[in-house]
Amino acid sequence: MKALRKYIDKIKPQFQHGGRFGMLHSTFDAFETFLFVPNKTTYAGSHIRDYVDMKRTMIIVVIALVPALLFGIWNVGFQHFRSTLETVTLWDQFFFGLIKVLPIIVVSYVVGLGIEFTFAQVRKHEINEGFLVSGMLIPLIMPPGIPLWMVAVSTAFAVIIGKEVFGGTGMNLLNPALTARAFLFFAYPAHISGDRVWIAEKADAFSGATPLSQAASSIDSGVNELTYSFQDMFLGIIPGSIGETSALAILLGAFILVVTGIGSLRIMLSVVAGGVVMGGLLNLWGANTYMEIPLHYHLVMGGFAFGTVFMATDPVTATQTNRGKLIYGFLIGVFAVLIRVLNPAYPEGMMLAILLMNVFAPLIDHYVVEGNIKRRFRRMKPAKA
Amino acid sequence: MSAENLEREPLFSAKNKKLLLGPINKDNPITIQVLGICSALAVTVKLEPAVVMAISVTVVIAVSNLVISLLRNTIPPRIRIIVQLVVIAALVILVDQFLKAYVYDVSKQLSVFVGLIITNCIIMGRLEAFAMANKPWPSLLDGIGNGIGYGIILIIIAFFRELLGSGTIWGIHVIPKFLYDFGYVNNGMMILPPMALITVGIIIWVQRSRNRELIEKN
Repeated sequence: MKALRKYIDKIKPQFQHGGRFGMLHSTFDAFETFLFVPNKTTYAGSHIRDYVDMKRTMIIVVIALVPALLFGIWNVGFQHFRSTLETVTLWDQFFFGLIKVLPIIVVSYVVGLGIEFTFAQVRKHEINEGFLVSGMLIPLIMPPGIPLWMVAVSTAFAVIIGKEVFGGTGMNLLNPALTARAFLFFAYPAHISGDRVWIAEKADAFSGATPLSQAASSIDSGVNELTYSFQDMFLGIIPGSIGETSALAILLGAFILVVTGIGSLRIMLSVVAGGVVMGGLLNLWGANTYMEIPLHYHLVMGGFAFGTVFMATDPVTATQTNRGKLIYGFLIGVFAVLIRVLNPAYPEGMMLAILLMNVFAPLIDHYVVEGNIKRRFRRMKPAKA
Repeated sequence: MSAENLEREPLFSAKNKKLLLGPINKDNPITIQVLGICSALAVTVKLEPAVVMAISVTVVIAVSNLVISLLRNTIPPRIRIIVQLVVIAALVILVDQFLKAYVYDVSKQLSVFVGLIITNCIIMGRLEAFAMANKPWPSLLDGIGNGIGYGIILIIIAFFRELLGSGTIWGIHVIPKFLYDFGYVNNGMMILPPMALITVGIIIWVQRSRNRELIEKN
């Protein structure tokens, strides 16, 4: 540790303004603050500087993603060998998954960080940490068989159009990872919907339908076609995007986020409440087979759990006020189930629901703050009179 | 004869050149004034309709600018909008009939958007802002300039949307077949209207980072 610190201090002057690599200052700064907590002190106003700065915060989110990632890697292998009817060891399943998933992660990080670093150099500002998380979220919401160049294109789109044009991390309206997925969904629909893409190198004879697509097709047939049990879906041994299948692994991540105080429990619970209420209403309505699916199934099918824990709670794009968080989360849950059930053309309602509410988050905050001001004014008046 | 008519300025004086060329870059109707966006989204899926649309709008805007400028001293100010609309509508119907007669396929693709040239904000804007107060020749140049400025943006957007969305340019396949064999897929999002909006945004971005003085200060 000491030696590393010394080495960094030694090469530091070269990266200062006027130094030999002065133009690479922000790159150097990014690596230095990544390795060591910066020793900056503030001069004006009252600031409390904490060890848990942006970089440390982001790393905790990445750690919280690890259970979902590991399970996802294993599940990719498990689903593949289940479709080819081969019996292999646990290690073989994991290894197969690793070969499929690792390239997607590498591509997502290389492309995204490459663009972030370039923008930081050109605009001469510090490199933002936001992509540490987005770069991990993007692979986890991709189908396992996705072509790598599509990952690269959608990551580039998300970082440039979703984030950098608004001014970088902290300024973006939409969650970058979901922007990448939405781009993929509309640009290359054949590769991110249907029954063929959710199992890597699927054997042709095997049906690769996800619970969501089974549920959607049961509207037409009139019988409940869902072949997976609640337990399977909760544990996550179902086809789906890499990291989204296991509600159990996601709950582990949620636990880490809530205990460390990084993810908002308020948002998570209100999303679940919204989903349950809407699921319940549709149960009561019961106009077709999809609506009759028990409401707790909605919480473990598709990306609902993953979106609730890792996407809806994104501190940049969510609402900031406490009451706003309740409204925002509740409406995400409602819309996610509503879009799923009433519009089978968009099986993954969670993605669209979160993006929609991302756009409305500033508006919700605005009215909550305005309402608060009004209420306090009213409280003040009787005292005067 | 007034004094200004005695010393005639040359047809392409510096001022007139600016009228013609200004709208192409620094005073562009789409990227700077942000007018006429709706048709830029609607007709730019393919290059061919975009070019036809660009030419039609240029013709309508140039001729209506000229006509209104000729009439400008006789139009009562109270009903000037109605008079302008009559002129534009007459020209648009002419253009529509012409397209139907000679390029029927494109006319079908453009469908309602030829008729909607009447409501194109660029045309009304130029008539109100320029032709009502200027002589015929500068008005004609201004109309042509704005039409070309609008057309250029349309053609740029359509070029990228057709190339990336359908892999063709003017209906001819340009993306080599072996790329498709490698797994290249046309981008379905380029065909959807939102991507036209994003493309306009990117053009505005590129233009402003090339001309720093265009960036608004707040």
